[in-house]
Amino acid sequence: MRGFGAYLKRNPALGAGLGILIFLLLFTSVGRLFVDVEHAYPLTVAANQAPNATYPFGTDRQGRDLLAVMVLGTGLTLQVGAIAGAIGLTVGILLGFVAGYYGGLLDTVITSFIDVYMSIPGFLVLILIATTFSNVTLGVLEMGLIVSIVSWAGPARAIRAQVLSMRERPFVMMAKLGGMGSFEIVMKELVPNLLPFLVMSLSQSVYGGIMSSLGLEALGIGSRRAPTMGMTLFYVNYYSAFLVGMWWWIIEPVIVIVLVLTSLVLTSFGLDEVANPRSRRGV
Amino acid sequence: MNLNYVLRRVFFLIMVIWTAASINFILPRLTGRDPIRVQLMQQIATQGRKAEDAEQMIATYTRIFGLDKPLWQQYLTYIVNVFRFDFGYSIAAYPRTVMEIIIARGRLTLPFISVAVVIAFSIGILLGALLGWNRTPRWLSGFIVPPLMVFSSIPQFLVALVLIYFLGFKARIFPMSLPFPTTMMEDWTNPQFLMMYGYHAVMPIMSIVIVEASGWALGMRAMMVTVDGEDYAVFAEAKGLKPRRIFFRYLIRNALLPSLTGLALRLGFIITGAAVTENFFNYNGLGSTLGSAISTFDYFMIYGITIVMVFCIAFATFIMDMIYPLLDPRISYRAQKG
Repeated sequence: MRGFGAYLKRNPALGAGLGILIFLLLFTSVGRLFVDVEHAYPLTVAANQAPNATYPFGTDRQGRDLLAVMVLGTGLTLQVGAIAGAIGLTVGILLGFVAGYYGGLLDTVITSFIDVYMSIPGFLVLILIATTFSNVTLGVLEMGLIVSIVSWAGPARAIRAQVLSMRERPFVMMAKLGGMGSFEIVMKELVPNLLPFLVMSLSQSVYGGIMSSLGLEALGIGSRRAPTMGMTLFYVNYYSAFLVGMWWWIIEPVIVIVLVLTSLVLTSFGLDEVANPRSRRGV
Repeated sequence: MNLNYVLRRVFFLIMVIWTAASINFILPRLTGRDPIRVQLMQQIATQGRKAEDAEQMIATYTRIFGLDKPLWQQYLTYIVNVFRFDFGYSIAAYPRTVMEIIIARGRLTLPFISVAVVIAFSIGILLGALLGWNRTPRWLSGFIVPPLMVFSSIPQFLVALVLIYFLGFKARIFPMSLPFPTTMMEDWTNPQFLMMYGYHAVMPIMSIVIVEASGWALGMRAMMVTVDGEDYAVFAEAKGLKPRRIFFRYLIRNALLPSLTGLALRLGFIITGAAVTENFFNYNGLGSTLGSAISTFDYFMIYGITIVMVFCIAFATFIMDMIYPLLDPRISYRAQKG
């Protein structure tokens, strides 16, 4: 543990990213003990209150306690990201390893498909999907599933490139000569060596998932009742919070979102340094 | 530029549009039920729409999707219509066609996004190059890089919200909404109109520039560090060239290439991001039209706008791909090899 602490000193980006992430997780989990989660829903408290002793974060136009919204919303937003990230990375690993390790025609097919797919702006595909399934209530799970549709291509491409470069390394050759099967080589030799890289891909695809879900929600796609960050911003715009000067309603979700996204970017930036120690850069 | 390379890119362009159109064809059929007809019927029932309008709309709808024909034929008709930009009528603004509305609204969106991308790219490149240059004091990087990392990782509309509140509502420097004052007619030959259009576009442009320029500045900075150590840079310095000349002619020119690839890859994000941002500015452009089409479930409108956006982004990327080999001739040969 002490070694890890010392390492974080040399890699401040990773330290800051993980620090903010832990803070957010504590905020949403411990916070639940102190606020009434019911107050995150409409018509539960007096509306339009500026921050005061009872409601330190103020309340919104619909009568939600914004502190409760922030506590709950941070968790919901991170959950959507986690679902999208996990699915995206799993599919990415499968396709990336198959394409990179086996190569040949399979690689050509997978890579060209990824190339074409990545050129279609994922956000537009998401809009089409979300509106097609508009009769389904889009909860956290559904949102995570939808958003994961765009979160696999990036990791798949990056992992393929890594596997490709690692396939010809001497230690893989040794394993092959030693009579290891393909699957065993992938699991025992490649995955452990790519671990920091895979974790970095995970945090990138969590980031991508959250960005997409925020965009969709800001357009009003998703559960209109759920106190997610994107939906809060949708209502800020819907009720023109700026026209009535409800600054707390605008600034709070903005701060939470900035913290969430920055923590993920810093984490993946820090992990990049773990994965490619050679590309040391002075920040 | 060799022909093989051009043909490959044209083929790729067609593939992208075809895939996007196919996704759109398959999706409604996956749900099992027909969301469009359901929605249309619901609107007829609740909004007291004229029955003959609805009849005609359903007829158009049946024609576009060729619902009475076998599936493969439906698919063919659909694809042909997409490439002819025929998306039928808007449900909410009947009897205007989707394409008509897209042209009217896109006209307002396209100029400000293009200007924003150019400004953002130029600022980002220059800032990044300066930050990565070995003659720039290091403490400056320490000050500027952390905010750049934050700005480059947040969505544009977050910046837009803060701008609207502080510059629009508090300081009242810039208008908070609409592409031009309601008292004016849209007339692109009238210089006064152009002035007002520019004035109203300042904040939307700023929100794009702040986010995108930060991203490019970071990328460019990283590239500059590697280029700075190259032999030709050392040689240029040894020759005694002026630092200014080395900076612009040797370093920026070489570090720029990956950033241009980045620009092509990033265009999709910028345009879709701007579409969301427009909603916060109540801008009446393509993005807010998409937003309102989503809330009224104007299905033809939604799919028309998404396909047109996919087309624009794919086409812009195609143009970038055509310019790129002119700047770096190695590209077209490398692509040829596979």
